Amino acid sequence: MENVASIFVKSIFVDNMIFAYFLGMCSYLAVSKNVKTSIGLGMAVIFVLAITLPINYLLEVHVLKEGALTWLSPNLKDLDLSYLAFILFIAVIAAMTQLVEMAVEKFSPSLYSSLGIFLPLIAVNCAIMGGSLFMQQRAFNNVAETTSYAIGSGVGWTLAIVGLAAIREKMEYSDVPAPLRGLGITFITVALMGIAFMCFSGLKI
Amino acid sequence: MSKLLSEKTKQVFLVPLSKNNPITVQVLGICSALAVTAKLEPALVMGLSVTIIVAFSNLIISLLRNTIPNRIRIIVQLVVVASLVTIVSEFLKAYAYDISVQLSVYIGLIITNCILMGRLEAFAMANNPWESFVDGFGNGFGYAWILVVVAFFRELLGSGTLLGFKVIPHSFYEAGYANNGLMILPPMALIIVACVIWVHRARNKELQEK
Repeated sequence: MENVASIFVKSIFVDNMIFAYFLGMCSYLAVSKNVKTSIGLGMAVIFVLAITLPINYLLEVHVLKEGALTWLSPNLKDLDLSYLAFILFIAVIAAMTQLVEMAVEKFSPSLYSSLGIFLPLIAVNCAIMGGSLFMQQRAFNNVAETTSYAIGSGVGWTLAIVGLAAIREKMEYSDVPAPLRGLGITFITVALMGIAFMCFSGLKI
Repeated sequence: MSKLLSEKTKQVFLVPLSKNNPITVQVLGICSALAVTAKLEPALVMGLSVTIIVAFSNLIISLLRNTIPNRIRIIVQLVVVASLVTIVSEFLKAYAYDISVQLSVYIGLIITNCILMGRLEAFAMANNPWESFVDGFGNGFGYAWILVVVAFFRELLGSGTLLGFKVIPHSFYEAGYANNGLMILPPMALIIVACVIWVHRARNKELQEK
């Protein structure tokens, strides 16, 4: 249980998707113009991460790993399907986002209209694919740890995008040199936020 | 030759190198550009891998563009890209294992690299195979040269080496020069990209934002 909690906190602050690994940068830079939409996108990312990561974890353990298919027949213990990981993971992610989109549309039209355009875009958000690949690399012990990692990373991503959106809203009024306006100054802001987040790097729980 | 490189095709190749650069203008594929540039060597390999994958996925999708049903096109594109990435990743594991370890998850992340989806959607779905192929190379090189510039400064100032060779003479260190450790950390990649954008937009005034 402690392990689950510590993975959660670590994935928010220490291994923050944006500041430590730059994952999901494209939508991070494109959508962070105002706080409200960035909260919506953040929620959608948490949601999709929390659904796809446990599924991909189960696939990894029971289908892809070397010898994972022994439950089918003992003859398969030398089979290593890990080269199929990319295709399988991205298929799960694309299918799940489609499903989530349909489910949300059916059961909660108000949430759908606020997330609307972002949901299908999440299939190609690197934070989701990155989450799956890091999950594979770190070899978590069980589904609970994976889920806590998924939600933690999502929360960390949301924290980062909401923070940046708030700063950008204020920055509207500042006089930035013309060539740096827009994209350039946003990069520098993210870098400064990243330096601030580095103070968590020694954090142990 | 003149038929292969008509005026339009030439434009298709040259425009992404500067005026419509995938990183500094289209803002695509930032994640990997920032993460793999602490050293020059992985940046070169990454740039090359992305170029090859963009060019060939553009070619394949452009050949298939009239047969793909519109509703499932994203999934078809993802499958094509994922297969190509798997090939490149297995190839790197076989012939350049050290670099594939350094690049870790970022090779897999080429699948979700926005350059790919962006170019497939915006160009390959609407143009003929040869132009799409050239467009893929143009965008790949446009991406690669930014990576190389960023990695050059980060490795030079951060570790005092280039491609692993010491280039800053020993006497500099004796005179009190020290490597800037901050350069190797993630935030500095952002600042260097911001500087590249700054220079680029100062020279191309029409790209400046209001």
